[in-house]
Amino acid sequence: MTALLEISGLKRHFGGLWATNGVDLDVVTGEVHALIGPNGAGKTTLIHLISGELLPDAGTLQFAGSDISQCTTHDRVARGITRSYQITQIFPRLSLLENVRLAVQSRQRDWGSSLRFWRPASADFRMIEEAEDWLSRVGLAAEVSQLACDVSHGERRALELAMALATRPRLLLLDEPMAGMGPEESEHMARLIASLKGEQTVLLVEHDMDIVFRLADRVSVLVSGRIIVSGTPDFVREHPAVRSAYLGDAL
Amino acid sequence: MKPSHSGTLAETALLIAAVALPLLLQAFGEDYYIGFATRLLIFALAATGLNFIVGYGGMVAFGHAAFFGIGAYAVALLMNAGIFSAWITWPVAVAAAALAALLIGAASLRTRGVYFIMITLAFAQMIYYSVVSLEFAGGDDGLPLEQRSTLVPLDLADDATLYWVTLGLLAASLMALKRLAASRYGRALTGLRQNETRMEALGYPVQQIKLVCFVVGSAVAGLAGALLANQNGMASPSQLYWTQSGMLLVMVILGGVGQRFGGMLGAIALLGLEEVLGRITEHSHFYVGLALLAVVLYAPRGLAGLWGRQK
Repeated sequence: MTALLEISGLKRHFGGLWATNGVDLDVVTGEVHALIGPNGAGKTTLIHLISGELLPDAGTLQFAGSDISQCTTHDRVARGITRSYQITQIFPRLSLLENVRLAVQSRQRDWGSSLRFWRPASADFRMIEEAEDWLSRVGLAAEVSQLACDVSHGERRALELAMALATRPRLLLLDEPMAGMGPEESEHMARLIASLKGEQTVLLVEHDMDIVFRLADRVSVLVSGRIIVSGTPDFVREHPAVRSAYLGDAL
Repeated sequence: MKPSHSGTLAETALLIAAVALPLLLQAFGEDYYIGFATRLLIFALAATGLNFIVGYGGMVAFGHAAFFGIGAYAVALLMNAGIFSAWITWPVAVAAAALAALLIGAASLRTRGVYFIMITLAFAQMIYYSVVSLEFAGGDDGLPLEQRSTLVPLDLADDATLYWVTLGLLAASLMALKRLAASRYGRALTGLRQNETRMEALGYPVQQIKLVCFVVGSAVAGLAGALLANQNGMASPSQLYWTQSGMLLVMVILGGVGQRFGGMLGAIALLGLEEVLGRITEHSHFYVGLALLAVVLYAPRGLAGLWGRQK
């Protein structure tokens, strides 16, 4: 059990508000690690800090043994951290296939590939086949040629997951993947995430407690910019500090 | 996606007609119009470069005149220094425009939208005022060319030859644009236009991709500038002025933003309209304005969008 991501003493403020106020967190290779916390606890800020869209004011982020605290987003993607967004981020006027193909293409990081000017991209059958494989993996095999703006919300979320997976991340950050979904779509997404267990390290931010406790190997609870408890689902569920701070009387 | 054969056929027919044009004009004794047609093609080339930046790269740049003018001045200055060969001066014109675009782009591309418009305009005006105040660049009067560039084995002093060379360069750049749009790089540009956040999150070096686009489009303007200096017989400050940038943008909008033939059609329509209207009325700008309004309102994809979707 080695830590893939090690966060220590991480801080970030906006004006007078310390949205991240000394976070220590380990994500271990192979686990599904859930991050929960009440609204405004700083979950999305923490995700931004890990993905590189925000830089910390203090503290360090170690990923696979090297310090990435000051790296750009695309450098972090190159090292193996890919995220999904709470509000779906896709290419609306492109087909599902082209959406995922662009994700596959992004992995070819040498300049010769991302700046390949002459050869038609449609001649690269391996890239297209791989994109099709990822789409079948998330249950969108029948929709490959539809435009992303024409499919349902749940399908777009699944598409975004396929795009994130197609970058072959070592650490996948999922920011509320079930946001805005109905019960059936949520269940489909939960099963998709469950199917990743064991082969994909995941840091999952999610509100739905049933799903968190079902999917996660470990759970960390973020309150007011700090992790107050970290441990197995059962440990966290029974922890008195968590019950008072977050879960209230619901459980 | 199969290439449309009717499209290719139409393109070939158009090209043959364009190649034959000087011979027809000579046959009818209308030699003056060969120079006019060359001018159209040169502006078509410059506008095609701008369309690559605006339509394919999604960056509304308002300083294209700077690169257009740099190309012209490069040829004129080198000729003053005794270098006449187009084999040397035209590539230098392209490289100078590309280098200027690299520096301006690197400074400007952190901004977007209206800020990008203003900062590119500001840089272009800085270049305009610098050139106007330089004595060795001719100041307000511009820099006359002793003669046209030499392009062994061709004779550019012949109007028809300059026309054909320009036509060849325009056709080559339109072909390159077609390849580029379908390449991995072109696909990445499409992604960037639709969702920059997602491209960044997929790990694309967004800034570099945009910078390359900006430099390539500007380099094409540099080549067009070198050609215009030859056609006009001089490099003129007006070529660097912001109204020139505005005119090139109008051409792109008129012809079709992001349409492969948009820059070309816009240049031909705008300059053609000005030429025709200029003979009938003193208020040609008014009617050109009306035409632009009509296109924006009724054909938002421009003239190129009117017949079919070609990319």
